[in-house]
Amino acid sequence: MAVSESEQRRGVVAVIEPGGHKLPLSMAGPGAMGKTGYWRTQRPVVNYERCTGCYLCWLYCPDNVIEMVPGKGPRGQDIPVIDYDYCKGCGVCAAVCPVKAIDMVDESKFLAKEKEEGDGNA
Amino acid sequence: MPKLLAMRGNEAVAYAAKYARVEVVAAYPITPQTIIVEKIDELISKGEMDAEMIHVESEHSALAATYGAAAGGVRAFTATSSHGLMYMYEVLWWTAGSRIPVVMAVVTRAMGPPWNIHVSHEDILATRDTGWLVSMAENNQEAFDLTLQMFRITEDPRVYLPGIVGLDGFILSHTVEPVELPDQETVDEFLPPRRQPYVMEPGEPKAMGNLVPDEYFEELRMDMQQSMENAVKVIREVGREYAKYFGRDYSELVECYKCSDADYIVAGTGSWMGDAKIAADKLREKGYRVGVMRLRWIRPFPWSDVREAAMSKKAVIVMDRSLSTGHAGPLFLELSSALEAKPSMIGVPAGIGGVDISYEDIERFTEKAIQLVEEHGRVYIPAMWYHLGKIFPTYPSSNVKLD
Amino acid sequence: MPMSPSHPVIDSLSALRETTELRFHGRGGQGAVTAASILVQAALLEGKWGQAIPSFGAERRGAHVLAFARIAPRPVPVHSMVRRPDVLVVLDPGLLMVERDRVLAGIKPGVKIVANLPEPIDLGGIGARLYVVNATRIAKELGLVVAGWPVVNTAMLGALARATGLVSIDAVMEAIRLFWEARPKIAEANAMAAKRAYEELQEVTSTRHD
Repeated sequence: MAVSESEQRRGVVAVIEPGGHKLPLSMAGPGAMGKTGYWRTQRPVVNYERCTGCYLCWLYCPDNVIEMVPGKGPRGQDIPVIDYDYCKGCGVCAAVCPVKAIDMVDESKFLAKEKEEGDGNA
Repeated sequence: MPKLLAMRGNEAVAYAAKYARVEVVAAYPITPQTIIVEKIDELISKGEMDAEMIHVESEHSALAATYGAAAGGVRAFTATSSHGLMYMYEVLWWTAGSRIPVVMAVVTRAMGPPWNIHVSHEDILATRDTGWLVSMAENNQEAFDLTLQMFRITEDPRVYLPGIVGLDGFILSHTVEPVELPDQETVDEFLPPRRQPYVMEPGEPKAMGNLVPDEYFEELRMDMQQSMENAVKVIREVGREYAKYFGRDYSELVECYKCSDADYIVAGTGSWMGDAKIAADKLREKGYRVGVMRLRWIRPFPWSDVREAAMSKKAVIVMDRSLSTGHAGPLFLELSSALEAKPSMIGVPAGIGGVDISYEDIERFTEKAIQLVEEHGRVYIPAMWYHLGKIFPTYPSSNVKLD
Repeated sequence: MPMSPSHPVIDSLSALRETTELRFHGRGGQGAVTAASILVQAALLEGKWGQAIPSFGAERRGAHVLAFARIAPRPVPVHSMVRRPDVLVVLDPGLLMVERDRVLAGIKPGVKIVANLPEPIDLGGIGARLYVVNATRIAKELGLVVAGWPVVNTAMLGALARATGLVSIDAVMEAIRLFWEARPKIAEANAMAAKRAYEELQEVTSTRHD
């Protein structure tokens, strides 16, 4: 299927040949609507000392932005790593964590810090 | 060898689905459509048709399953009538908007209440805005021919929209007429393997119908409109090809009977237009030059054909087997707009709920309309009811005084 | 714009004028609709055009039901019901008595009435040609009884062929065999019923105007 990349415009409308139609079709891939992490006002921060690697946050994350990294915790446990490019800060992970290992921290604190460090990536 | 058999319109449509090598049929029974899917079930059980029949619990599910199968890459078919079509209404929009070709037969029937199983066009004409191609047969042979062609038209990359073949409830669906069935090999030559814009399949994940920015939504509708315009060309091409294979030409979206020298045109769609032709001949014997313009296609609306045939006439009398209550018949409104109401326009709602309308009735109300034009000059009457031999007050009632 | 060849270019009215229009009267369950359909198939076998129109309402078994048919040498673009029949086929002996007005409604002068009657009756001076056959007896003799009812429709087709010459008895019998293609025994009994009725049909002249 020939999908013109330039016509995909944020990936939500594909143009298909033959016929050249616009279709209500989005192809699989991250970030069809851009880096939605900027929507975030509260950032989930994981306390790996407390985390037991139970996978509940990974399971519940509605945006599928938590990846479990095997064996990298301080006690050798699997740990969640959050992709802040796409995490919208909904707080579901913090709410479901059975050991309260995830804190929701005001995003502005990080923005101020990143500005100090000259790092614009939020 | 093609064979000529006596059969009901519903059976003709079922055979067309078989010849088109439809692979999935999902349907829910409703009179007067039921015979179509019963016949398909019979053909499958006898091993004459290689398809899967999905028995569902509603028409909404029937079209959803048909659409789902088509999205999965197979030729799929369903059929319904009246309340069943209304129950499908949401899925009509999903199917058309997805651009997946699907073919459906609509056996026209009145909407209740009160219950009425007989012909009216209020069901099929309610599909006008959904993005489906809509055609109407005049006889059983045409119901077969249009169904077969509809697969090729809807699966043409220039179109990629679903299509409805309409046939009048009981008048065609249950009436026995000669129908010529072709050879399978000829059909296979005429109808290429299925094409569609995309296939939903494991291993190539994609999502259809996501929430999109409004301006993209509008552009998708613009593309559908362009495809409808393309469909006019495709219908002509396919209709011409059909004549090469089967000897019957469908290259015209509008059938004109004695229009060229006519002063007055009787216009409409469906099975009663044959009676209109006889009425035109009877009126010609009385000295009125009358022709008949039958819309074989409702969507795409055959705009240029209609204008070419009727723009310069004295009057166009539009027979509507349905009414947009509070205004006029849908075909009257469409024809008035296409013709810029340059001829006198008289809308005649009639035959609603299966009331039998013969050439005698058509002759009577057409003659009345002609007399109005001759008496008053140019007239514009949205709705002049004809009921059991009588003309009833018009809409709006102040428009023209009738005796 | 050229006329669509889906109908050959014909003059519709003259095609209609060459048409024989038939109306079948029966009781729900007697097979009037089936008879009209088989008649069309018989006409097709002889190179003619035909059309059979059922009329459906809320009728149930036993109620008076109508069916219509048209037979013509070439296709006729008509789909309305038959209002002025040239031929009436009355499947039930009682209908000419209890529903006389509906049965005789709209008949053309010289209409042929083919009726299933045990013996001729006097219809008065209605300008008709009455043909009678005891189709009920023929059906019973041939074992054509379903759910207690003699199946008279195929016998009446044989009678119709004789009275009108619209189709030959051979075409009627072949159309019957086609209809019950999968059940040859039933087909044969029905074909035989048609043949017997063809042979036994009597014309009663007393209802002519003259």
